[in-house]
Amino acid sequence: MSEQDDEIILSELDDEELVQQMFDDLYDGLKEEIEEGVNILLGRDWAPYQVLTEALVGGMTIVGKDFRDGILFVPEVLLAANAMKGGMAILKPLLAETGAPRMGKMVIGTVKGDIHDIGKNLVSMMMEGAGFEVVDLGINNPVENYLDAIATEEPDILGMSALLTTTMPYMKVVIDTLIEKGIRDDYVVLVGGAPLNEEFGKAIGADAYCRDAAVAVETAKEYMARKHNLMAAS
Amino acid sequence: MSPRRTPIPAQEEPGEVADADRVLLIACGALAREILAITKGHSWHHMDLTCLPALLHNAPDKITDAVRACVAKHRDSYQNIFVVYADCGTGGQLKSACDDMGVKMIAGPHCYSFYEGNERFSNEHADEITAFYLTDFLVRQFDAFFWKPMGLDRHPNLRDIYFKHYTKLVYQAQTDDPALTEKARDCANRLGLAFERRYTGYGDLETVLRDQSALSI
Repeated sequence: MSEQDDEIILSELDDEELVQQMFDDLYDGLKEEIEEGVNILLGRDWAPYQVLTEALVGGMTIVGKDFRDGILFVPEVLLAANAMKGGMAILKPLLAETGAPRMGKMVIGTVKGDIHDIGKNLVSMMMEGAGFEVVDLGINNPVENYLDAIATEEPDILGMSALLTTTMPYMKVVIDTLIEKGIRDDYVVLVGGAPLNEEFGKAIGADAYCRDAAVAVETAKEYMARKHNLMAAS
Repeated sequence: MSPRRTPIPAQEEPGEVADADRVLLIACGALAREILAITKGHSWHHMDLTCLPALLHNAPDKITDAVRACVAKHRDSYQNIFVVYADCGTGGQLKSACDDMGVKMIAGPHCYSFYEGNERFSNEHADEITAFYLTDFLVRQFDAFFWKPMGLDRHPNLRDIYFKHYTKLVYQAQTDDPALTEKARDCANRLGLAFERRYTGYGDLETVLRDQSALSI
């Protein structure tokens, strides 16, 4: 964040200083520095899951809060996300190998007629950071894509995203189809996107509207906790 | 949010229309130039115009409240108020607000649609989902509306994140202006998109204003 940053040698920092520096580097969207920081922590025998949660998710949480408070704007969040993506690319294969905790599974996609995926990609990344397995269907998804994916992947959560007021009604088409097929209650349905609001989420029969990626993660965790409690009770 | 200026008559000379028959057009600032061109061109002296900041284009969640406040502010001065906003990303909230307030608004999802003509846009271009549209106004204001707010002046590498799924820039021309066409072509190049120019004229905007003009006299 200052001109002196250029002089900092990451490998010479102790763990606590390095994590703090990675928070700064994430905030500033410095992808190469984040990749270097991840590799240094792994070299110091940090578990991949610890690197993910303490260094990357911790840093992105600060970014998310400042975005919500109007301190950061979309370009800066995208740069931070791009930096986190660099770190995640290193960690992902290691997380699978080391048996990191798994919170649940989510299928997510932008609805038919809509090609906007910035918000959806942020949600995917933050969900992965929180320990969810995410199957990302990409953009412009007709209902058949969602049905095929949930049949194949058997997720806990179905996420839908839309940026346009002309495309957001399609979320109801998907939910109504789930109802017709008698499988609506098998999944937690989360929806999000700039023109949506809580009222719309309720009106179309979603379980929750999530106004940003951080809320999506918290909401998903809540529903997973409820599901586990129900299973334990039964 | 309040409008930036007091209503201005469509022509410098106020005309001879009684105050009760005057029409106030509450419009997006991105339409000001075009609305004045239409009303002046037809000598509709009884139409006044007030605009809300065009930058609300980038914050559609603020449009409905801004229009509500503007209608409330001018309600006592005008019997006839017409809102020159389409849905513009409000998800039907602007229409509901206008219905509540008893004022009419222009139909359509956005200005790209009503410039082309809502029916034609719906029939021919509704599935054109990989097109990025610019109007005359947006070409003129490209840097202020897109390039800088999206951070592309500071971080050009973000371009491919924002536009990776777009394939072409469609310039909907309201006027024949070769310099503006070249500027639009340059915008397409900067975004890495194919370029297409479509002359639309004022489309449904002119038709609707004609209807409003006739209703109020």
